[in-house]
Amino acid sequence: MHLTIDEVRHVAELAKLRLSEAELALYAEQLSAILDYAESLQQVDTSHVAPTPYVLPLYNVMAVDASAPSLDNAVALANAPDKADGFFRVRAVFEE
Amino acid sequence: MSKALYELTIHEALAGMRRGEFSAVELTQALLERIAQTDSQVKAYLTLTAELALDQAAAADARRAAGDDAPLLGIPMAIKDVLCTAGVRTTCGSRMLENFTPPYTATAVRRLAEAGMVMLGKTNTDEFAMGSSTENSGYFTTHNPWDLDRVPGGSSGGSGAAVAAQEALAALGTDTGGSVRLPAAYCGVVGLKPSYGRVSRYGLVAYGSSLDQVGVLAKDVRDAALILSVMAGRDDHDSTSMPAPVPDYAAALTGDVRGLRIGLPDEYFIAGVQPDVEAAVRQAINHLGEMGAEIVRVSLPNTEKALPVYYLVATAEASANLSRFDGVRYGFSAGAGSILENYRESRGQGFGAEVKRRIMLGTYVLSAGYYDAYYLKAQQVRTLIKQDFERAFEQVDVIACPVAPTTAFRIGEKADDPLAMYLSDAFTITLNLAGMCGASVPCGFDAGGLPIGLQLMGPHLGEEVVLRTAHAYEQATTWHNHWAQPVAINV
Repeated sequence: MHLTIDEVRHVAELAKLRLSEAELALYAEQLSAILDYAESLQQVDTSHVAPTPYVLPLYNVMAVDASAPSLDNAVALANAPDKADGFFRVRAVFEE
Repeated sequence: MSKALYELTIHEALAGMRRGEFSAVELTQALLERIAQTDSQVKAYLTLTAELALDQAAAADARRAAGDDAPLLGIPMAIKDVLCTAGVRTTCGSRMLENFTPPYTATAVRRLAEAGMVMLGKTNTDEFAMGSSTENSGYFTTHNPWDLDRVPGGSSGGSGAAVAAQEALAALGTDTGGSVRLPAAYCGVVGLKPSYGRVSRYGLVAYGSSLDQVGVLAKDVRDAALILSVMAGRDDHDSTSMPAPVPDYAAALTGDVRGLRIGLPDEYFIAGVQPDVEAAVRQAINHLGEMGAEIVRVSLPNTEKALPVYYLVATAEASANLSRFDGVRYGFSAGAGSILENYRESRGQGFGAEVKRRIMLGTYVLSAGYYDAYYLKAQQVRTLIKQDFERAFEQVDVIACPVAPTTAFRIGEKADDPLAMYLSDAFTITLNLAGMCGASVPCGFDAGGLPIGLQLMGPHLGEEVVLRTAHAYEQATTWHNHWAQPVAINV
């Protein structure tokens, strides 16, 4: 398994990470090594094994359907890099 | 021979305050002075909250004067900086959260605070708890109090070093793949990773949500048991917290292991384990045998598959969890052009190298065409690892093995080789994948004087038998009476 720079660039775009050319090259090499190491899992016969995404025997945990106070608007916005009129401010998603 | 106040265990400090020998304010001042003396070298704390601590200590003294005797009343502790603390900066060791002040407090911390804990500050961690040495912290590396040129282990290395340097009576850590047990072993203190679901994860900044668990670093097993009794239990804010009743864990510390069956897994005594470590751990297990436990060989045949499974599962979960850092609601924002550009730039600049590496790996294994080959396969092998433990715990009560293949390594030694770094977790990640509980308890020193940890593993919600075994061993040995001297003689 060897990831190309273009494959790494594609993954970085999926992850919304701006990476430098040097980082792309380094991660291509390091991720390839880690994935090679993970190849050993392919030798394990799992044809009749269910996956374990979660270890607890808890299903459909219900919350009490009651209202409760939530964070105050100013508190919720206190860490916002950019805010206006009680809202988070973001750049326009669509071009004009 | 009288101990300085900062040298006390929690149960000793509580006894002293109950007898009126000293106040919580005096105790807290003693810890703050100790921190002032040693932390410039150990660098365990990212944020000190001295004023807040003295206020909390005064409040604890007032509660005690009014007849209150809450289980942690006036006890100064440190909190790993991945647990949210309302009004106190919480960085996760990341530049991404350099100026983040949470609007609420993690349930585990809140429960300790209600029981009277005094918070001294927030401890250093690998960025977002991703690492085994604290070298991935976005701020600085914590130094091992036993040898300042070595790492304290990670990711809860600040918490391990703070307890080992006696800069806190105990500390909270978190354990996703060994991040409590590894620093406990490297720093020569007790580390307890509860079962998945035993302690609420509400307010713990998520790394691998199916693996993360809040744990304890303490001076002895009794202190760890006391803290777990306070913070365990169902929380409406975490649907994965177990509704099982919380026992008084200290009541399980009988000092007796007679009749217990202790499993010895061949797969944890393999080539690559430092000979000093293997010898100390085998000796500890023999000691437990001499104390009346029955030692039984067990097999956990899928152990060597755990590391690749972990690095596929944990990174996949991390890549999803860390998508919340978008430069909009909180955290670093690059202020770049379009909304997409700002996502890319804020994340690219705000995260450090290891976090980006894990997000990339996790994104790759979840991406179209690779999901079945990597992520699903890993989840299936995870089932086999869990079944290994389930079978073993039909034969034995506890499993004993090393925490890590080696003692603490030198700062910088593995920094450029992620795979070599990941191997330090080979013996701890198995429990997280299976959701079970475990502890690290000091069991000796290597030829260089560095501490060695004995790992005791128990089944899901088996904390009582793990603590009982750890306590019996600890009380039969003197390792817990050895303390690091991190202050250089000529300072």
